[in-house]
Parts: sequence; structure tokens; C-alpha cells
Amino acid sequence: MSQQIFELLVNATIETLYMVGLAGLLGTLMGLPLGVLLATSGRGELLQNLTFNRVAGLLVNATRSTPFIILVVAIIPFTRLIAGTSIGTTAAIVPLTVAAVPFIARLVEGAIREVDHGLIEAAHTMGATPLQIITKILLPEALPAIVLGLTLAAVSLIGYSAMVGAVGGGGLGDLGIRYGYQRFLPEVMAAVVLVLIVLVQLVQSLGEWIARRVNKRSIVS
Amino acid sequence: MIEFHGVEKEFPGRGGGAAVKALDGIDLNIGRGEIFGIIGRSGAGKSTLIRVVNMLERPTSGRVTVAGIDMNALDAAGLRAARRGIGMIFQHFNLLSSRTVYDNVALPLELAGLKRSEIRAKVEPLLDLVGLSDKRDRYPAELSGGQKQRVGIARALSSEPKVLLCDEATSALDPETTTSILRLLADINAKLGLTIVLITHEMAVIKEICHRVAVMEAGRVIEQGDVFDVFTAPRHPTTRSFVSSVVGAELPDTLVERLSAEPLPGGNPVLRITFKGALANTPIISQLTRRFGLDLNILHGRIDHIQGAPFGTLVVEAVGSAEAVQAAITFINVNNLSVEVLGHVPANLRAVG
Repeated sequence: MSQQIFELLVNATIETLYMVGLAGLLGTLMGLPLGVLLATSGRGELLQNLTFNRVAGLLVNATRSTPFIILVVAIIPFTRLIAGTSIGTTAAIVPLTVAAVPFIARLVEGAIREVDHGLIEAAHTMGATPLQIITKILLPEALPAIVLGLTLAAVSLIGYSAMVGAVGGGGLGDLGIRYGYQRFLPEVMAAVVLVLIVLVQLVQSLGEWIARRVNKRSIVS
Repeated sequence: MIEFHGVEKEFPGRGGGAAVKALDGIDLNIGRGEIFGIIGRSGAGKSTLIRVVNMLERPTSGRVTVAGIDMNALDAAGLRAARRGIGMIFQHFNLLSSRTVYDNVALPLELAGLKRSEIRAKVEPLLDLVGLSDKRDRYPAELSGGQKQRVGIARALSSEPKVLLCDEATSALDPETTTSILRLLADINAKLGLTIVLITHEMAVIKEICHRVAVMEAGRVIEQGDVFDVFTAPRHPTTRSFVSSVVGAELPDTLVERLSAEPLPGGNPVLRITFKGALANTPIISQLTRRFGLDLNILHGRIDHIQGAPFGTLVVEAVGSAEAVQAAITFINVNNLSVEVLGHVPANLRAVG
């Protein structure tokens, strides 16, 4: 592999990490509260608000049912509004984030729903406010599941990020398509695939390690 | 301390069915500092009853007051404040798996916004009280069921409540652990003067620590009173079956088979003599033998202690003349013991109990 290709590979990896990292962070910042609200606004729940629950649920489903490549193109005006441009690696963070938010929200919602209802009841008997129940009971108890969910989201984002080449975003996927496929350089394609595999493996292992660390439910003493 | 006035609770029927009345006109008065037991089979409404005390369930109608405060009339903030004065422990403990023993006990104080140093000053003596000081940094997953319930008790006591509600608190525990948890509750009741309300489906739990008991069936209180009275003279059939589960007043089948309602030629009457409280110490058998020349063949018997007072039944076959037996029955009644003729057995029956 030539020096030039190697540099391209390093750059593409950095771009992927940049896009996935920032989209993941923004997605978590918005998806986590949304997930909490989805989980707590249902019937008989802590902050029951059926209208919000239905509307938010619909929006989340709509976003999640749009194939990512379509989403990227469909929200170009929105991307331009936010990023100032619709082309390039930084601009690609916008559709990645838009895809990450509902995905993370659903994962967080699921994790919180798994928390034993008896704990919420116990918190009520202690005179906890709804906000205290969320911050002191639901989030800490759901943390291991949330960490695993975020890991899954990060892995999915790595996959999504391969498609943003369509709007001039960089990254490993874009490198693979342009050099490996369009310029017939199979060794580039192989290298891209290898880096992606290693990346996903690392993210997954890290996520599982953290989830184990924060899980106090099954302790081998 | 806790008063129920005409409390009713209806749950909407599942799938559009008829509404279910879980509580049907409950009137109860639970005194300050007493251990009050509520017993009933599953579905009797006892769980709903204990949950309306702190408004985990809102009554459909009627009033519940705790220390004079009408619980249903409180706004959200008022209810939160009132709930801090009412501790609760649960069948499945409901401890936070993500927190250590210490942090679980500290939780109510954290929620109330106390400082770290104040929290420590309250939590440490509580861990001592429940005997878990050496487990303070363990997680619930590392504890046994009994230890988890001790954490639950310490947590419920941390906000210094006046009332402790126990929702089937020992139902998930083995008999030995149950006894130790009940001892702890009785101990706390004596030391802190805490009013304890507990619901259970086990009469043994009532017998062990309660002062008074209410028996529930189909959303109603069918019988209530001092535990000793209810155990020694249950009026309602449901109560009787609960009582017999621990007092063992039922006769063995082999004896029941041989009992006949009519006197038998050459047979003997079978008497059940019931002893209560101080009278249980009367040496009645030897007195009957000496005074009336009766031979008494003991068929079945049991002496129990309820709330520290003895209570027992003795089933005897009385061998002697009809006059002597009649005189003996009169004598027993005069001595304030109760006696009933259960039936008659053929003369050759030997003790089976």
C-alpha cells in the first residue's frame, strides 16, 4: 500500500470518528431526554401526557422508517440551515444526528421501561418528585441497558456514516466507494473493511466493558 | 393514628367488564403505637387497603386520615411531605440495585435534601439497628432475602416516620428469616413507638407480633379485634379457617370418622375443653378424675401461646357414668372454661391425636 493511500485511510478514519463521535454525542444529548419523556409520558406513567407521547412517537417512527440514504437527501434544506452548507463532512453530521436522536430515544425508552415498577412506587412512598424519580431512580437503574443501547447506536452510526459520501461527506465509507469501487483498487476496499471491523469491535467491547462496570445487579463476590 | 371512614375503591373492569370493588365500605381505627395486622386471602383487598394509607391508590370515596391529616385532600407537595412520615416496606424489597446498602438507606434523606453529614448521622445508627453495619458497602445483589428486607426497613425508617406500612413484608422469606424480621419489627415498635400496619396472608405472622387484627374478605372487614380474642373465639368461618391454620383446632380425620352424634351403647362422650389465658393453668384433668371418678382418655390437644397468653384445647374421651360426666361438664363451666360435647365414640377407641 502506497504512502498516499495510507494517508487517505488515516484521514478517512479520523473523519469517520469525527462524524460518528459528534453525531453520537449530539444524538445522546437530545435522544436521552426524549427517550425519558417517551418512557414516562405513556398511560399511567410518571408524567402522563398522551398527546405528547403520541406525537413524539409518530415523529420518531417516521424518522426511523426513512432509509438513511433517503433521509440524507430529503433533509438537505434543513442541513443547509444548520450547518451553512449541505456538502462535506461537517454538514453530514446533521443527518447523522437526525437519525441518531430517534434511534437513541427508543433505546433509552426501552431501557427505562425495564426498570421494575416497584422501585418507582417505593420512591413515591419516600416523597420523591417526578424529576427525582427520573434522576435518582430511573436513570441509574437503567444505566447498564442505556450504555449497551448507546453502544448499539454508535455501531449503527458507523454504518450510516458510510453513506454520507453521497452528499460529499468523507470518512471510511466514502473512501471505499471512491477508491476501492470506482477506481478498482481492491486493496483499498479491503483496508477500509478491515478498519471498520476493528472500529466496530473496539466500540462494542468498550461499551460492554462499561456496561459491566456499571451493572451492580449480578455481582460475583 | 390511622382512620378509615367508609373507604371504597373500585377498579375499572378489564376489557370493558364490570368494575371490581376492591374496598367496600372500610371503617377502621388504628391506634398510635400498635401493631395492626390485616389478613385476607389474595384478592380480599388487603393490599389495596394498605396502599390507600399513603395514596399509592386513591380511594373512590371515603376518607383516610393519618395523624389527623386527610390524605386524599393533600396537593402534590403536601402529599410528598406527608409520605415522608409514612415508611413502607415491600414483599420484593424494592431496593435500588445500583446503590449500596448505605446509599439505599440514604436515599429518602437525599430526596429530602439533607446534607451529607446529616445523612451519615442518621444512616449509621439505622444500619446498626438492623444489624447490617458490616454490609454497608455491599450491593443488594450480594445480600440474602432477609438482609434485603433489613435494608428495606432501615430505608423506611430513615426519614423518622410515625407509621410503618408492611406490604407482605415476609411473604418472600423462609420461616426462620420471617421470624427474625418480625422480631426486628416488634423491637422497633417497642423502641420507637412506631405504629405498624402489616398485611399478610399468613396467620402465623399475625399471631407472632400483632396486637390487633382485621380479617378481610371481598373488600370488607369481616372481623376485627384483639389478636388473642380473634384467635380464641373466631366468629366468621373465614376467620376460623385462618385461625385453625396455626392453632390446629381441627380434629384428626381418624377421630372424626369414629365420632357419632348419638350416644352409643357402651360408648363414651368426647369433650372439647378450651383453656384461655390464666385459666389455662387450671389442673382441670386431675380435678375431674378425683372429684367425679372419671377416667379421661386424651385424644387430641394443643396448648399455644398467643401474645404471651396461653390458649389451648384438649379433646378427651370421658369414661364414667352419665351422671358423673354431666356433673363434670357443669364443673368445667363453673370454672369458666368452655366445654362442648363433640360426639360419642365406641368404648374401645384408643388415643389417636
